[in-house]
Amino acid sequence: MSHSALDSSPAAAGSQPAIDPAPGETADKGQPSRKPRRSFLPYGLILPAAILEILIHIGPMLLGIWIAFISLTQLNLTNWLNAPFVGLQNFVNGLNPESTIGQAFFSTVGRTLGYTILVVGFSWILGMAGAVFLSSNFKGRAILRTFFLIPYALPAYVGTIAWAFMFNQRDGAVNQILVDTFHLFGDERPFWLLGQNSFGAMIVVNIWQLWPFAFLMLMAALQNVPTDVYEAAAIDGATLWQQFRTITLPMVRPANGVLLMVMSLWTFNQFNVPFVLFGASSPKEATLVSPLIYQNSFGSWNFGLGGAMSVLLLIALFIASVFYIRMVLPKGADND
Amino acid sequence: MKNPLKVLASLTAVASLALSLSGCGGGSPQATSDTITYWASDQGNSLDDTAAKLKPSLDRFTEKTGVKVNLEVISWTDLYNRILTAVTSGDGPDVLNIGNTWAVTLQETGAFEPVEGKLLEAVGGEDRFLKTSWSTGGAEGKTPTSVPLYGLAYNMYYNTKLFKEAGIEKAPVTWQEFVETAKKLTKDTNGDGKPDQWGFTAAGASVSANSHQAFVRGLQNGGTLFDKDGKPTFDSGPQVEGVKQFIDLMATDKVMSPSDAEISQGSQKIDNLINGQAAMLFDQSPVKNFEARGFTDWGVAPIPMMSAGATGDLGTQSHVAGINLSIFKNSKNKENAIKLAGFLTSDEEQVSLNKAYRSLPVVSGASSDPAFQTEEVKAKNDALANHALPMPLIAKEGQMETLTGTAIKNLFAKAATGTVSEDDIKAALKDANNQMAAAQ
Repeated sequence: MSHSALDSSPAAAGSQPAIDPAPGETADKGQPSRKPRRSFLPYGLILPAAILEILIHIGPMLLGIWIAFISLTQLNLTNWLNAPFVGLQNFVNGLNPESTIGQAFFSTVGRTLGYTILVVGFSWILGMAGAVFLSSNFKGRAILRTFFLIPYALPAYVGTIAWAFMFNQRDGAVNQILVDTFHLFGDERPFWLLGQNSFGAMIVVNIWQLWPFAFLMLMAALQNVPTDVYEAAAIDGATLWQQFRTITLPMVRPANGVLLMVMSLWTFNQFNVPFVLFGASSPKEATLVSPLIYQNSFGSWNFGLGGAMSVLLLIALFIASVFYIRMVLPKGADND
Repeated sequence: MKNPLKVLASLTAVASLALSLSGCGGGSPQATSDTITYWASDQGNSLDDTAAKLKPSLDRFTEKTGVKVNLEVISWTDLYNRILTAVTSGDGPDVLNIGNTWAVTLQETGAFEPVEGKLLEAVGGEDRFLKTSWSTGGAEGKTPTSVPLYGLAYNMYYNTKLFKEAGIEKAPVTWQEFVETAKKLTKDTNGDGKPDQWGFTAAGASVSANSHQAFVRGLQNGGTLFDKDGKPTFDSGPQVEGVKQFIDLMATDKVMSPSDAEISQGSQKIDNLINGQAAMLFDQSPVKNFEARGFTDWGVAPIPMMSAGATGDLGTQSHVAGINLSIFKNSKNKENAIKLAGFLTSDEEQVSLNKAYRSLPVVSGASSDPAFQTEEVKAKNDALANHALPMPLIAKEGQMETLTGTAIKNLFAKAATGTVSEDDIKAALKDANNQMAAAQ
């Protein structure tokens, strides 16, 4: 594997800021290397952040892992340090495909994966279309841009509860428009928050909430693409689709990498949308992983089982993220 | 980062991460020594109405003792989780209301003050209270951790105008009569070929109301939710039969609107009765809503039973419903919290509050008040005294309510969007049963 000169020297350049090697020149390996001055200042500076990180992230995470190995119910909730240690029992219960709980877990994980792909896919397509559309100059662009960002600016709860009202079978706006105005679905008003349709309704609400984020990020990334590249391509006879495929997509690749990962993690762990749309227990056809963990923990008061399921997901998401970062990010890491 | 759009993009990214990290924050305000915090359940037409009706009582308390009460009224959909969060964090109010069916479950957490010593003294001892109500304070044979506050029981309420229009003179007594009556009352009144007036309405998405029906209908059919050894028997024959009767009202009898599968708040079904969209409902205390809406065309009758005059378990019409009051062990203001418990259970306040909320006094000294001699209150009293059993007094009662109530909620959803077979009902109750067994 060959490295470019710039790739091989960032460490040297970083430790010797005074002697910047000229572009294209390798750092002189013959010179006696200066030892970086040991100082506690950098550690002191990151200390407050490190303490907060431990308190906010690492501590609760370790606590969650511990809960997965104990039998924590309301009987020992106030004295949880003395809850009996049950080893892997919670994991066995959660993963046993023969049991009701295991079956629910596996089908929910599958459903959540499908949900994530659909929501992230559609949000990305909409965000990209919006960003490309608004990257050309025209009158009213600023207003449209603001308009597109409204769902993102609204508090999640407010937006979702408005959708819950609209999806109501008897009095909701969705059925008023689809059934009363356009006479779709025959005479029967379909239920949107019950049965199979609830999965679709939840996807619509989540896309509505998520796509402006993709739009915003991609629009920012598109600002970095020089216009003369497009002009040159146009002169060479490239169609708009060819320009998009060979210029736009590769140029926003690093932004896309981060964007897709963040959106996937958020969507996979989605809790707000189903909780506000359906209440504490989602319909079977629309149960996602986070609400399932909530139901196990707070509906059945089986915190150990909820903890075990959380740990399993944490591991799965961690592995997926590491793979993803290795696949996508290094290639674009030093761009920008 | 000169580009303003990029700055905005980065800021939103950071802000959304920060927001997702911060989660829910904030706790109840720190009480000063002369202020206590009280979480009241929603007993009125709305949270504001409940607070307004409670205020004169609390003002009298402040006048008498100099202790201010920081009141928060919490809706029934949130109350259970709010209590659980308070128990988990140890940071709760000084005094709070609980649904009495949760008493044993919450007793087991050890987060509440036992009703003995000073607290028992303050509420005037056990003998002041009605026996059935007192029995809901905690598990049998243990010191209770909650004091009864308001008494309730299920009755059937109906729209007398719709009854008259259909030529029905008497409220149905047996389940069969009830279904037949409901069929007569299910009508297409505007000629579009679809019913717009239904015989019966219920909050099909209300987990707790559904679990009460699972309990009552099971007992009427000779079943129980738990066997003698405490093992769940949600999927036993009579229990399945009882739940089937309830689901069938929508699925096969077609006397209940499919839209009811989406109703989660009791007030919505009461609206249906007032608006004439439904003729009958089961409820504990809808009269305050009737009065607030100026609705007078209502009647009250006992919940139908499988056979007329049934007694014992087969004659069950309601669980011993009601609201209890508990004091947090962690309260830094226990003296004053105990004072409030004593005050709210005094004869005078029992009369005033139960009159306002249309519930039943839980102390014998208040029952003789003229306000509690109406036909409706007498019906409720009869149900409570002769046809009510407490929900299973077990530590996992809360889980049982969640599991059976959710199973019925899902079955109503299935009935609204398709068909429900007996096997579907069996399978749903079996799932709930397995989860209950795993949680035990």
